[in-house]
Amino acid sequence: MLNAINREIPEGFGVPYSGDMIEPGGRAVGHLVKSVRPHEDKVLKSLKDAIIASGLKDGMTISFHHHFREGDYILNMVLEAIDELGIKNLKLAPSSLNSCHEPVVDYIKKGVITSIETSGLRGRLAVEISKGILGKPVIIRSHGGRPRAIESDELHIDVAFIGAPCADKYGNLNGVYGSSACGALGYAMVDARYADCVIAITDNLMDYPIEPISIPSTLIDYVVCVDSIGNPEGIMSGATRFTRSPKELLIAEYASKVIINSGLFKDGFSLQMGSGGASLAVARYLSKVMREKNIKASYGLGGITGPFVDMLEEGLVEKLLDVQCFDLKAVESIRDDKRHMEIDASYYANPFNKGCAVNNLDVVILSALEVDTDFNVNVMTGSDGIIMGASGGHSDAAYGAKLTIITTPLIRGRLPIVVDKVQTVITPGSSIDVVVTERGIAVNPKNKELMDRLKEARLPLYSIEELKHMAEKMTGRPDEVMFGDKVVGVVQYRDGSIIDVIRNVVD
Amino acid sequence: MRLRRTLLYVPGNSPSMIQDCMIYGADTVLLDLEDSVAIYEKDAARYLVRYALQSLDFRDTELAVRINSMDTPFWYDDLKMVVPAGVDIIRLPKAETSEDIKRLDEAISEIEKNNAIECGKVRIMVSIESAKGLINAYDIATASPRMVAIAIGGEDFTADLRVKKTREGRELFVARSELVIAARAAGIDAIDSVFSDVNDEEGLKKETEMAKELGFDGKSVINPRQIPVIHEVFTPTKEEIDEAIRINNAIKEAEAKGSGVISLDGKMVDRPIVKRAERVLKLVELLGLNEEERIC
Repeated sequence: MLNAINREIPEGFGVPYSGDMIEPGGRAVGHLVKSVRPHEDKVLKSLKDAIIASGLKDGMTISFHHHFREGDYILNMVLEAIDELGIKNLKLAPSSLNSCHEPVVDYIKKGVITSIETSGLRGRLAVEISKGILGKPVIIRSHGGRPRAIESDELHIDVAFIGAPCADKYGNLNGVYGSSACGALGYAMVDARYADCVIAITDNLMDYPIEPISIPSTLIDYVVCVDSIGNPEGIMSGATRFTRSPKELLIAEYASKVIINSGLFKDGFSLQMGSGGASLAVARYLSKVMREKNIKASYGLGGITGPFVDMLEEGLVEKLLDVQCFDLKAVESIRDDKRHMEIDASYYANPFNKGCAVNNLDVVILSALEVDTDFNVNVMTGSDGIIMGASGGHSDAAYGAKLTIITTPLIRGRLPIVVDKVQTVITPGSSIDVVVTERGIAVNPKNKELMDRLKEARLPLYSIEELKHMAEKMTGRPDEVMFGDKVVGVVQYRDGSIIDVIRNVVD
Repeated sequence: MRLRRTLLYVPGNSPSMIQDCMIYGADTVLLDLEDSVAIYEKDAARYLVRYALQSLDFRDTELAVRINSMDTPFWYDDLKMVVPAGVDIIRLPKAETSEDIKRLDEAISEIEKNNAIECGKVRIMVSIESAKGLINAYDIATASPRMVAIAIGGEDFTADLRVKKTREGRELFVARSELVIAARAAGIDAIDSVFSDVNDEEGLKKETEMAKELGFDGKSVINPRQIPVIHEVFTPTKEEIDEAIRINNAIKEAEAKGSGVISLDGKMVDRPIVKRAERVLKLVELLGLNEEERIC
């Protein structure tokens, strides 16, 4: 059947997206009650010992966090040990998956992993999933949708494996010290609270107690020390630097002007930015105008980058709420500056609690792989229909913010980015206020006030259809991607309803 | 009068750069068939530039093509490909004598005639890149009614002088001044050389301010990131605009009184001051600075 945004959702995958947020009901689940006797040792000799001690069995669910991004060693290391122990038919439920997790393909083939629930998929694993290697469709959740699912027991984690850059022998953890320091542990915090068994894996085992404590020992069953949990170069992947691309700078300049003229740009406004080149350049443009006009932001949210930290240190932003750090500067800041606070994924974006941080956002700047003429945004599948991205906090922040800005080039390579219909909807057009490209800006007609304000500011405004024509005039219309009948991915909206499905690509 | 504050060089063999060159707000884009195109790519670049001229929407940007110099076998083929495709300006590098310009003018006229293009529509801009060219600058600037601007090519010029091009640019001071004087005498625009360190914003700003002080109308640009810096320098300041408006009002007042003498704050405003104010107001008009920006 068609959902509220006209996407065909086959029967049996869940409640179709209704056009707005479902009202929650019921109660959150509690974690398993356990005790540890005085002076009991939580440190086990090996990963295998810990897996055996956890009671992991065929058919269970295991989880991981993605704070190490492309530098993660934990997931592959754990799956190798699980495979050697002969455990099969597991559900893999990490907060996200990256290209470095290519070995998962082999564990799928061997039957070790038989289903996946994640925010994103990249690299060869994503390609194989898109071709239909997995029996069941992957469930795609946003960063806010995942804690919602965990708290409601829709996603029940049997064993959580938490890579910890710094851990003490009793299982207190933080992400700010050690050679694999990643800063905030916001995604792991939720897993630690709700998993039946939690195994901390570190390469930096300290005496009890460490300071600070991000995840307390009261939630940790076992601690394992290994040689290395991650590659610092990959952990800081997509190292955040100011772009020198004239096109990205132009997009950033337009996006800044949109913010400045939106009516929201005043003392105390709040802001979330991504880690991409255009977003970071917006930080630079905005900072300049904030200095000139003596405007300070009350808080910055999200994945935090060095340029956001610069704004904090300069006093342009009062506080940072940080669910994941993108670079070393952010790691040092969250460690040393009290105004830079670590938050968990539920606090960040879970729609079913008593108020998550995205709800207070004035402005968010987000990216897109594709935008369609209904302003729906795809950040999941490429123009070839193959999965290559992540839902992330896209739909969460877009729903929460008063002004949601999508920054994207109008054309990538030879492909138009504004299209009739995106391959996969992650964020519905109802959450998007404006699309900013290097050739012009399209305001969602639902936001008439913004349209009037930007007209007044003499910004280059076009309708979204005009942007689409502009792109197609140069690129032509690409051939439609050939999809098969098999559903390989089910995209949940943040409330758990089904906003779209991803079908297998046909060679 | 047309704004030529920035002339953005775009390699004629780069489809992606050509595709985007008009979005950065340069007053003129200069699709290059000369130095940025290797000899074995000249032919392909000509076709690319021709089709770009015919098919892309360049908005209000002035379109120039830099052809190869007249001591090469390429320049005439360049012309044959781009003149019929709708180019506004032919930029000739390494101009040395007025004869060069006359030959170029004749060649363009012939192509215009053969393609039913209004005669004289395509304009010429040249760059002076040698001592000989500079000595002949005024003759070059007046060699054809098609001439709209002369530019100085700093790298080649300093090489010809056997000196190094420096950040301070003392070695080019005389040449820059003489070029501006020749342009003014001929009633055409003077365009300054490129600033090649694209990451040195401060240096670019200083050099552009110097060029403006010497009388240049604009500057060549090798990276779109340089455009806002140069535009800012060539945009009249609030003080300059306020002053020009006050002078203009004084003129109107004097006219209303039927007085031949214009005075402002008790002082006489003479002709050069009026001319300068008129130019500032013309720039304000061309830049589309609105009433609010003029006042505040």
